[in-house]
Amino acid sequence: MNGRQLDLDQLLQVRGLSKSFPGVRALSSVDLTVRRGEIHALMGENGAGKSTLIKVLTGVYSRDEGEVTLDGRAIDARSPLEAQSLGISTVYQEVNLIPHLSLAENICLGRQPVRWGAIDWGLIRKRAATALARLDLSLDVNRPLSSFSIAIQQMAAIARALDISAKLLILDEPTSSLDSKEVAQLFAVMRKLKSEGMGILFVTHFLDQVYQISERITVLRNGQLVGEYESSQLPRLQLIARMMGKQVEELDAIGHNAATRAPVAPKAAFIQTRGLNRRGGVEKLDLEVRAGEVVGLAGLLGSGRTETARLLFGVDRADGGEVRCEGKLVSLRTPRQAIGHRFGFCAEDRKNEGIIPDLSVRENIVLALQASKGWLRGLSRTKQDELANHYIKALNIATSDAEKSIKFLSGGNQQKAILARWLASQPRFLILDEPTRGIDVGAKFEIEKLMASLASQGMAILFISSELEEVVRASHRVVVLRDRAKVGEMAGSGISEAAIMRTIAGTEPKQNAPAAPGL
Amino acid sequence: MATAKPGTGDQGLWPKIKWPLAALALVLLFNGLFTAGFFQVEIKDGRLYGSLIDVLNRAAPVMLLSLGMTLVIATGGVDLSVGAVMAIAGAIAALAIKSGQPLMVVLALSLGSAVLAGAWNGLLVCVLEVQPIVATLILMVSGRGIAQLLTQGQIITFSNRSFEFIGRGTFLELPFTITLVAGVLASLAWLTRKTALGLFIEASGNNETAARYSGVHTRLIKLLVYAVSGFCAGLSGLIVAGDIKAADSNNAGLWLELDAILAVVVGGSSLAGGRCYLLSSVAGAILIQTVTTTILRRGAAVEFTLVIKALVIVVVCLLQSEAFRNKVFPARRKEAT
Repeated sequence: MNGRQLDLDQLLQVRGLSKSFPGVRALSSVDLTVRRGEIHALMGENGAGKSTLIKVLTGVYSRDEGEVTLDGRAIDARSPLEAQSLGISTVYQEVNLIPHLSLAENICLGRQPVRWGAIDWGLIRKRAATALARLDLSLDVNRPLSSFSIAIQQMAAIARALDISAKLLILDEPTSSLDSKEVAQLFAVMRKLKSEGMGILFVTHFLDQVYQISERITVLRNGQLVGEYESSQLPRLQLIARMMGKQVEELDAIGHNAATRAPVAPKAAFIQTRGLNRRGGVEKLDLEVRAGEVVGLAGLLGSGRTETARLLFGVDRADGGEVRCEGKLVSLRTPRQAIGHRFGFCAEDRKNEGIIPDLSVRENIVLALQASKGWLRGLSRTKQDELANHYIKALNIATSDAEKSIKFLSGGNQQKAILARWLASQPRFLILDEPTRGIDVGAKFEIEKLMASLASQGMAILFISSELEEVVRASHRVVVLRDRAKVGEMAGSGISEAAIMRTIAGTEPKQNAPAAPGL
Repeated sequence: MATAKPGTGDQGLWPKIKWPLAALALVLLFNGLFTAGFFQVEIKDGRLYGSLIDVLNRAAPVMLLSLGMTLVIATGGVDLSVGAVMAIAGAIAALAIKSGQPLMVVLALSLGSAVLAGAWNGLLVCVLEVQPIVATLILMVSGRGIAQLLTQGQIITFSNRSFEFIGRGTFLELPFTITLVAGVLASLAWLTRKTALGLFIEASGNNETAARYSGVHTRLIKLLVYAVSGFCAGLSGLIVAGDIKAADSNNAGLWLELDAILAVVVGGSSLAGGRCYLLSSVAGAILIQTVTTTILRRGAAVEFTLVIKALVIVVVCLLQSEAFRNKVFPARRKEAT
């Protein structure tokens, strides 16, 4: 009992945890402590072992070595269900709920209250509404989950975790699909839960959010513990350096390079839209991207960024307006037509719209090029190997070999392989929709550098990102959308986070692109 | 991939085909020990005879069906109509022979309608977006009805030596059916491995959206695999008709769609779509027929056939499941991935 006394504020203790997969030591002797009433950030690059650690805690994987103590009791969850009953609830990065079922069913799934041998639907609805009310959401719980936006679905997943009376709440990248208002809402809830004594383990790639909400940070790197820090004692740059295992000076250099990008020489637009319109998508959009230019598309979630990308790639069909490619009117009714004009598109949803999970890295890379050549003109195996190995090396894709199924790669490396798929088809216009979502800082910088070098080789790039910082760093010109319409455009030195935010907020008078120096 | 070596990486044919082959080896071993004369092969009238030859000959229709089925299943679909299409092809061939058409016309008419039937399935699946199991169920039921209408409910017998050759002929001292299967297998293997068709089929089945965004003509690919499945079913129907010198619309190909699906599953292709293993499906079909022949040779009651067949299949299917192997042989876990 004395031991418990000492550890009274320690809710979760992980000591010397190790986990190996064939050929990989995913975690090696990792420690983690989450205290009661604490929001604890878990940080690290891809491959750091964050996901593995969470999966061991939630019973998805069994551990090889080490001890886990929850509330002073040694635990060894064998399944997610067991972990839940022990008091560990998890919300994963990608919403893992059932789209066809109602909101209420999703929230109570697996724990349906029963009365007289039958499911008590009234109570389910009441419990779901209560759980949502804790998130300050008032929604029709009878509607199917799929009828809500991704953001609301994410909130439902959190509500589900709340409905389980959890001691420890694990949030794995919960804010990826949320806009700033929803993030604020989520943080309010997290603070409330914290004050109720719950421990929250928060995994995110958004540095701002870490500093905004967490008291302590545990940093992992390559499956090993780097250290535990008080957030207030760890400057942001130091945190990044620890995560990347790099020197601060190196990061400075990267930031510097990006800031002094060369302005684009004036050229005719490669692609130009006039009054491009789709009901429920975007309204009368005028947009142009020149060869050799990175155009950033900024705006909040639901502002029409992804919708624009889908229209330009022929995934959705426009109901008004025109698109010109090199001055010629083009029809973009299917992705194949867009590809015919040498467009490429990295979709936002990597898992469902990007990777072909069971196929090898090689096959994933050659797919678009092969599709454009047609089925009869098959690329020889030698040529395929050559392409795959070239891009694995050029983009620094971490994989044991080109024949590995792409599903076994980490998110960042999958993203790079999808990029390689398009680069292999030598596009002249590349649409990147959130290419850096859910991937680590290192891979983000690599993708930014790649964009800059592709643009300097004459490619036109449309870059969509919810991270303003990134848009500012990477773009030659930024187009700002709000409520499915273009509300502003800025170029060259006129680009700044503040200017974009003001434009989104609508506090800055609408302006046309100023004739910025050199543009 | 044909190039993957045993035990390297997580890709390749070998990890899938080894289970039906192992089961086949076991069944053959059993026969070698306990079934007298199972391995005996003799030459009579310029043709090889024996249980082994018999297995290959009898398995030919299901092998053909399973080849087409493998491609359909790789796109995430299933084709329940192949048995009915066999009956249609047989009925049309019999009618054409009866009306005195030359062999080429007979083949063109019967195989052409089989391909059309397959394309109809494909149309329902990829243009009207009907679920494959429902779309092909329509033709499974109505197709047999069409065949029965064509033959007016009668068994139409015929005599045409050149047509009968398809089902009963001898080529290279072996039943001609074996050459047919080998030919179709070789053509499909060439199409899927030497052209980009295999990549497109597997990509469409594994993640249709991503494949479409990459520029793969996913609808056309689907239409094509159903048409190929129809062709295989038609050919299979001609073998059966040629063998019995008659079109029996009530029984030709009855329930064979299920054997074909089983052969594919035993071969290790996932019903969810994705990777396809043509040779492995053929091995599955041979395994199923070997078990059947073994039981018949041993004179066991017919009632046993289905039960024993089911047992063998369940075991092979379990072995194909990595999750199951990891549970039962935890020590092998490291090798498995």
